[in-house]
Amino acid sequence: MSCSKCSPFAVPSSEFTPAEHPEFPSGSTNPCKLCTPLGACLAFKGIAGTVPLLHGSQGCATYIRRYLISHFREPIDIASTNFSEDSAVFGGRKNLHTALDNVGRQYRPALVGIATTCLSETMGENMPMLIGEYRGESRDLPTAAERPELVHVSTPSFKGTHAEGFHAAVRSLVGTLAGTAAPETRNPKPETGKAPLALFPGMVSPADLRHLRDFCAAWGETTITLVPDYAETLDGPSWAEFVRTPVGGTTVDELRALDRATAALEFGHSLATAPATAGTHLNSRFSVPLHRLGLPIGVRANDAFCAAMEAATGREMPARIAAERGRLIDSYVDAHKYLAGKKAVVYGEDDLVAGLAVFIAETGITPVLVASGERNRRLADAIHAAAPELRGRIEVREGSDFGDIETRIEELNPDLLLGSSKGYKLARSLNVPLVRCGFPVHDRLGAQRLQLLGYAGTQQLFDRIVNALLEAKQEHSDIGYAYL
Amino acid sequence: MTQPLEILPSRAASIAEVGKAGGAVRCGKVSVAGSVSQRACVFCGSRVVLYPIADALHIVHGPIGCAAYTWDIRGAQSSGPQLFRNSFSTDLQELDVIYGGEKKLERALLELIAKHQPKAAFVYGTCIVGLIGDDVAAVCKRVSAATGLSVLPVASEGFKGTKKDGYKAACEALYQLIGTGDTTGISPLSINLMGDFNIAGESWVIREYLERMGIQVVATITGDGRVDAIRRCHGAKLNLVQCSGSMTHLAKKMEQEHGIPFKRVSFFGIEDMSAALYEVAKFFGGEELMEKARAVVRDEVGKIYPQLRAWREDLKGKKAAVYVGGAFKAFSLVRALRTLGMRTAVVGTQTGDADDYDTLREMCDPGTIIVDDSNPIELAKFCLEQDVDLFIGGVKERPIAYKLGIGFCDHNHERKECLAGFVGMVNFGREVHASVCSPVWQFVPRRADRTRNAELETRNAGGRSLLAGDPTIASELAPTLRKTEDVA
Repeated sequence: MSCSKCSPFAVPSSEFTPAEHPEFPSGSTNPCKLCTPLGACLAFKGIAGTVPLLHGSQGCATYIRRYLISHFREPIDIASTNFSEDSAVFGGRKNLHTALDNVGRQYRPALVGIATTCLSETMGENMPMLIGEYRGESRDLPTAAERPELVHVSTPSFKGTHAEGFHAAVRSLVGTLAGTAAPETRNPKPETGKAPLALFPGMVSPADLRHLRDFCAAWGETTITLVPDYAETLDGPSWAEFVRTPVGGTTVDELRALDRATAALEFGHSLATAPATAGTHLNSRFSVPLHRLGLPIGVRANDAFCAAMEAATGREMPARIAAERGRLIDSYVDAHKYLAGKKAVVYGEDDLVAGLAVFIAETGITPVLVASGERNRRLADAIHAAAPELRGRIEVREGSDFGDIETRIEELNPDLLLGSSKGYKLARSLNVPLVRCGFPVHDRLGAQRLQLLGYAGTQQLFDRIVNALLEAKQEHSDIGYAYL
Repeated sequence: MTQPLEILPSRAASIAEVGKAGGAVRCGKVSVAGSVSQRACVFCGSRVVLYPIADALHIVHGPIGCAAYTWDIRGAQSSGPQLFRNSFSTDLQELDVIYGGEKKLERALLELIAKHQPKAAFVYGTCIVGLIGDDVAAVCKRVSAATGLSVLPVASEGFKGTKKDGYKAACEALYQLIGTGDTTGISPLSINLMGDFNIAGESWVIREYLERMGIQVVATITGDGRVDAIRRCHGAKLNLVQCSGSMTHLAKKMEQEHGIPFKRVSFFGIEDMSAALYEVAKFFGGEELMEKARAVVRDEVGKIYPQLRAWREDLKGKKAAVYVGGAFKAFSLVRALRTLGMRTAVVGTQTGDADDYDTLREMCDPGTIIVDDSNPIELAKFCLEQDVDLFIGGVKERPIAYKLGIGFCDHNHERKECLAGFVGMVNFGREVHASVCSPVWQFVPRRADRTRNAELETRNAGGRSLLAGDPTIASELAPTLRKTEDVA
C-alpha cells in the first residue's frame, strides 16, 4: 500500500545514461563513492549502544574510522576481527568470537553490528552460522541478560557503494529485529499507548535528523522512530566523564516494535524503486503502509513529504510548517533572477544528487550534470519522474568518478558545484564556487550541522547556494559593490 | 566515573608503568581481535611509504575502499608533479572477483600510463587480490615490456601481516629502482634522506640545513620523491634514516648490496635535529664540517630560543600523552616536550619493538604509562588517570582528546604543519601552546566541574579567593588571565 501522492517514482522509464568512462573504462580515477562497509558502520552508529564490528582486516576499520571522524569530528569506535593469514586460510570463526567477547567486555554494547568486508565475503564466510554458534555457546562474558543483540549485514565492497551499504544495514536491522518483542512488551510506548511512525531518512546529517524529529512533532506525532538516528551519537556534547557508546540513537526496543508502526516513510528518490528495503520489509511482512519519497529538499519534495504525513496522521499541515514553506517560496522569488540560467554540476550518492537536482531545478538552476558512484540504473528515472522538466536537458551519469566528471566539465562550463568536499580540487581549477553538502566534508567545520531537509533545511541550503553565486559575482567584479 | 574502565586481560602485558616492576612490554604482535586497535594494515604501511613519490603512478588493485580512503589526505608536498595526489584504482566488481582482475588491471595500467606519462608505476595489492590469485607480478612485467616503464608490484595484501610488513613490501618495490640510474656528478659529501615524507615541506627544511653544511642530498626517499633520483641514490655516501620503522629495511639492503652505511636519526625537536646534523658531520669527518654543523645549530637555535622560553613559562609542569606510529618519533616527542617544560605521562606506539620500549622506560619519569598497540578505551583511561593537558597523535586520537577536554597536537601524516627541524620546533611549540592554553577548556564539563568543585571546597573552607585557594586552578587559568592583562 502506497499513497497516491508519492507514487511517481514507481514509473519505469528506459532513459538511462551510464557513465561510459571514455578515458578510463578499466578503473576509477578519484572516486565519487566509498566502500559498502563504511555505509554500514555509519548506519550502525545510529543505533543506541551499538558498536560496529568489521569482519576482515584491521585496516578497513581504521581507514573507515578516520574517514568518518574527519567528517563528524566525533569519536567513532569500530572494532575489527583482525584477520591474519591464518584466518584467511582457515576461516575467521575464532577471530569473530574473540572479537565479540572483547567488544562485549570493553563496550558493554546493546547491539553489535557485524558487517563483512571484501576479504570475508570472497572467502565465503558463513556469517549466520558463525553468529549462531556464538549465540549458542556459553561465553564467559557477558551473562545471557547482558548479551548484545547481534545484527549481521553482508557488505562486500566489490558490490555497491557506501550508500548501498548504509541501506543494507538499515534493512538488516529492521529485518532482524522488527516484530521480535516479547508479547507482554508488545506495546512499545505504554505511557502513550501509541504505535510509532517509522522514518527511514537515509544518509543525512545529524542536524537534518533533529529537524525531522521536530518536523514530525509539529504534526503532533511524538512517537516517531528514526532508523538510524545518529542525531546525538555523531554530534554530541563534550563529556564530563568517559562514555563507552555515545548517548542517543534508535533503541533496540524501538526497532523491535516497528512491526506495529502506523506507517513507514522512506526517503530516497532512487531507493524508492529498490527491490528490498527496510520499508518494503515492514510493508510486505507486517502490512505497514509505506510511503516511498524522495529526500525532502525543495518545495515539491517537501510537499510530497507533507502529503505522506497527512495520509499517515490524518492531520493537515501544521501552521508552523506552512510558514516555513511560505518563507522558502518567498526567498525563491527574491533570488530567482540571480539563479536564472545558472548551471550546476551535482555529484554524490544517488539519492542525494537526485534530491538536489530536483530541488535546484525548481529554483531556475539547471543541474547540467548529475553524477553518482552507484550503478543501479535507477538514477535517471528517479530524477525525471520527480522533475519531468529536466528530461532531455541534463546528463545523468552513474558509476561516475571525478576523472569521469572532468571529461565533461569544460564543455558544460558550470557556474556552481554542489556536493562533497572531494570536488574542491575541481571547483578550484574551474574557479567556481563549491557549495558543500552531503558526505564527506573534510575541509570545513560543522558538516554534521549542515541542513538540507524540510522546508527549513532547504532554506539554509538555498541561502548558501544563492550567496555563493553572489559572492562569486562580487569577487570577480572589478568594481566590488557592497550593495547588491 | 560510573564504571571503571577495564583493560582486556589479553592486553595487560602490553602496558607498563615506569618505575614499577614488570617484564618487557609485549609488542610486535598481531592486534587482539575486537580490541579496536588504532593500527591499520599491510596496505597502509606500503601506501604511506610510497605515496609521496610524486611522478609515479600509484594504482590500487582492489575494490574502491582502499584507494578512496588514501586519496590526497596527506600533507606530503611535491615541488613539481602532482600526479601522486590522484586516486587510481581498478575498482574491482563482483564479476572481476569471480573471473579475476588481471585483464582489468592491465588495461587500466596501459590507459593510465598513456594518459599521465608517469616515470614509473606502483601497483598495490589489496586483501582480495591475495585471495583471488591474480598474478600481479606477471601483469606488471607485461605492461613494463609494452611501455618500457618500471611497473612495480607491491605485495601489500592487508591481512598478510601488520603495517610493518607493508613498510617492508614498499622497500622491496623501491629497491627494484635503486641502482638503475647514472651516478656521475655525485659529491663525496652526499647523503640520501630516507623516511622523511616532506609533510608540509619538512624535507626541504632538512635539505636546506644540510646544504648549508655543504652536503649534497641525492634523493629524498620518499618525501618530494622522484623516480629518477631514487634510481641513482646508490651513488650517495650515507643514508640518513628517519622514521626508522619504515626505511631501515631498505637502508640495510643498500648497506649489504651497495656498501652504503646508514645512520638512524630524527629531525623532531632541537636536541634530535642538532644530533642529526652532528652525526652527519662526524660521519664525513673534519673540524671544518663540524664547525659548519655547529654554525647551523647556533644560528637556528638562536632564532627560536626566546620564543620557546616564553611558551615554556606557560607550559611548565603540564602533562602530555603521546600515541604515535613509530617509536623514534615518540623518543623525539618526549624530548621536545621537555624542551617546552612538559612531562610525558603516557607514551605509546603502534609499531615499537622491545628495545624501543626499554629506551622509553629509561627516558621517561616514574609513573609514566608505556603502551603498545593501544585503543580508544585504554588511551582515554590513561589520559584521565594521568590527568594530561595535551594529547599528541593523529586524527583517530583527536576526538578522544577533545571529548575529554584535553588539548591536541596532530603529529601524523595528515597534518599540514611543518614540525621538523628548528623551524618545526617553533611550529610545534606554537601548536602545543595554542591548544593547551586555549580559553575554551574552562567551559568543557570535565574541567568546569573540577573548577566548580574546587570553588565549593574553597567556599566551605572559609571563602578564600578562588585563585589563592587552589594552585592547580591558578596555574590552569594563568595563561588566560595573562592574556587578559596583556589586552588591558
